[in-house]
Amino acid sequence: MKRVTLALTLALAAGLSTQAADAQTLKTVKDRGMLSCGVSQGLPGFSSPDDKGNWTGIDVDVCRAIAGAIFNDPAKVKFVPLSAKDRFTALQSGEIDVLSRNTTWTISRDTSLGANFTGVTYYDGQGFMVKKSLKVNSALELNSASVCVQTGTTTEQNLADYFKANNMKYEVIAFATNDETVKAYEAGRCDVFTTDQSGLYANRLKLANPNDHMVLPEIISKEPLGPMVRHGDDQWFDIVKWTLFAMITAEELGVTSKNVDEKAKLENPELKRVLGSDGNFGEQLGLTKDWVVRIVKTVGNYGEVFDRNVGAGSPLAINRGLNNLWNKGGLQYAPPIR
Amino acid sequence: MSTEARKPPPQIALKIRRILGGRAGWNGVAVQFAFAAILGWIGYEIISNARANLENQHIAAGFGFLRNNAGFDVNQTLISYSGSDTFLRVFVVGLLNTLVVSAVGIVFATVIGFIVALCRLSPNWLLSRVSEIYVEVIRNLPLLFQILFWYLAVLAALPNPRQSISLLGIAFISNRGLVIPSAIGERGLEPFLAMLAFGVVASLALHFHARRALFRQGRVIRIWPYVLGLLFGLPLATVLMFGLPLTFELPQLRGFNFAGGSRIIPEFVALTLALSTYTAAFIAEIVRAGILSVHKGQMEAGSSLGLSRGATLRLIVVPQAMRVIVPPLTNQYLNLTKNSSLAVAIGYPDLVSVFAGTSLSQTGQAIEIIAMTMGMYLLISLFTSAVMSVYGWRVNRGLGA
Repeated sequence: MKRVTLALTLALAAGLSTQAADAQTLKTVKDRGMLSCGVSQGLPGFSSPDDKGNWTGIDVDVCRAIAGAIFNDPAKVKFVPLSAKDRFTALQSGEIDVLSRNTTWTISRDTSLGANFTGVTYYDGQGFMVKKSLKVNSALELNSASVCVQTGTTTEQNLADYFKANNMKYEVIAFATNDETVKAYEAGRCDVFTTDQSGLYANRLKLANPNDHMVLPEIISKEPLGPMVRHGDDQWFDIVKWTLFAMITAEELGVTSKNVDEKAKLENPELKRVLGSDGNFGEQLGLTKDWVVRIVKTVGNYGEVFDRNVGAGSPLAINRGLNNLWNKGGLQYAPPIR
Repeated sequence: MSTEARKPPPQIALKIRRILGGRAGWNGVAVQFAFAAILGWIGYEIISNARANLENQHIAAGFGFLRNNAGFDVNQTLISYSGSDTFLRVFVVGLLNTLVVSAVGIVFATVIGFIVALCRLSPNWLLSRVSEIYVEVIRNLPLLFQILFWYLAVLAALPNPRQSISLLGIAFISNRGLVIPSAIGERGLEPFLAMLAFGVVASLALHFHARRALFRQGRVIRIWPYVLGLLFGLPLATVLMFGLPLTFELPQLRGFNFAGGSRIIPEFVALTLALSTYTAAFIAEIVRAGILSVHKGQMEAGSSLGLSRGATLRLIVVPQAMRVIVPPLTNQYLNLTKNSSLAVAIGYPDLVSVFAGTSLSQTGQAIEIIAMTMGMYLLISLFTSAVMSVYGWRVNRGLGA
């Protein structure tokens, strides 16, 4: 009887997660035969669909890597486009298994949403874009400007802090989606468009004349972007966390999608451990021994993913900067696989 | 009174049986109670289950967040608000923005709707065709597109602030909105307002006195010179004694934008335009139906009394048509209020945008925030219905129906 009531009430309590806290997300994903991954509604370089409906971007590749590690098949991902304000609800309700949607890691999001960040895929910071014709060279010249921003983001709060700290007045116009925000900026409703700097470069490509607009030099915040999973499923948390670490470790060891098979044959103890011919770290995660090989074959190492989506090999052409490996002057650092 | 004395004394148990049980008697009462118990139990299970799930998943719950700092700014605020105010104040700010756009929209929609309906019924061929086209086009296009259309059309047509259109040098129109001088109260404001209020009350009293005299004794009293003196003369006298009640602060272009003055933002204009023209198309049909429901003999009776077409409509037809018009008109008012939540598409800071949108994603407390927002819309709608019911009741009573 108790089970019947529970089923009944759960069906009625729409929007609430039916999963208990210790849910086996990995088992659910395997049973479904598909990873459900929350992404943005279209941010070039991070997650955007092309004209054939194929999703590309760094955030997309993180999900493909997880699918690769579980199913050895990058196609077994269902991408769910989410607006900034819907994303956490979708994760809490169990609609998606992982949220990989240029989301800033903050303490309040880590502690009050019933979700956890698993790492940092991209170190970003908030910036401003203006029309060149305004002849503004610094964000400190923006007193009394109108600013377009996407609602439900850390951007909105950083903006308030920055203008208050610098004793400047401004007018904020907040839109529900990224595209609406960009359209209003282009229509001249506001002087300034603000979001994470990578997003500024990505959105500039969408404008009619990208060269009429410039990104101001100031970065006013720390925006570490990373994937999120539901709280309470430690195994799933580990899988998502170590998928990213595997990609970074692969770059560090010089393992790429092209040479991964040859590297696996080498008699190097570290390579043997990472690529699975020695030890059983993959099985302890709930995956297979060759999990790193699968990940690298699916999307490549972190450097390849970066270059292909936002770096030198993409229209965005963003420098590695903070996102370089720790031993090359950046912040990307993975704990050892041993 | 005498019949009541002969009845057996009212028994509560029997009353309950009759009301709840109907023909089924006590069995029916048992079924009703069982049904209510099941409903209550399901409700309790839903709430306790939701609470347990939230706790298990470590999602913050409760209404404590309302006291936290919001930390973001809002574009249009009717009460003072800054980023360091609480989420509760954000709620009030959003609510007021929703109310103001709904109220203004309802007024415009009603006026436009009545005008279009009367035009459509007019014997003038061109006028009636034009209003027919208006109704058919507007009511058959999705509202969201109309809102976006007005927004982008308004924005595209307007220049940037540096090239803004100046109206006599005191008001400016640009794609930042309409900037008008803002009024600042001075020492003379209080006596001015007091005299104005006195003037209005005294004029109304005179009006009623004149009506009584007309209806009871058939005397016509000329009151307009006194009314003019009360409404304009007295306040003017206070100005001479105490000085100007208001001074105006002129807007000035400084940097990117205008400083000083008050501003009507383009989002508000676009949303009001879209909501009122859209709803007006439906109201026009309701009003047309109401007027057509009045027998055409009434119109003929009016003209045989020598009344003009306008006077016949105003004095005879419309009052009778209101009986039919008011209930569906209430529906349209409710629709307009609820449709105002589409504001989020164009960045107008209404309740859904700032509270169920921004605040929700800042706090992650979806259940509390959505429940508060739904409850508020329900309250607004019930209040609107109540007001319209009272109005409908008065209309019916006035007709002696």
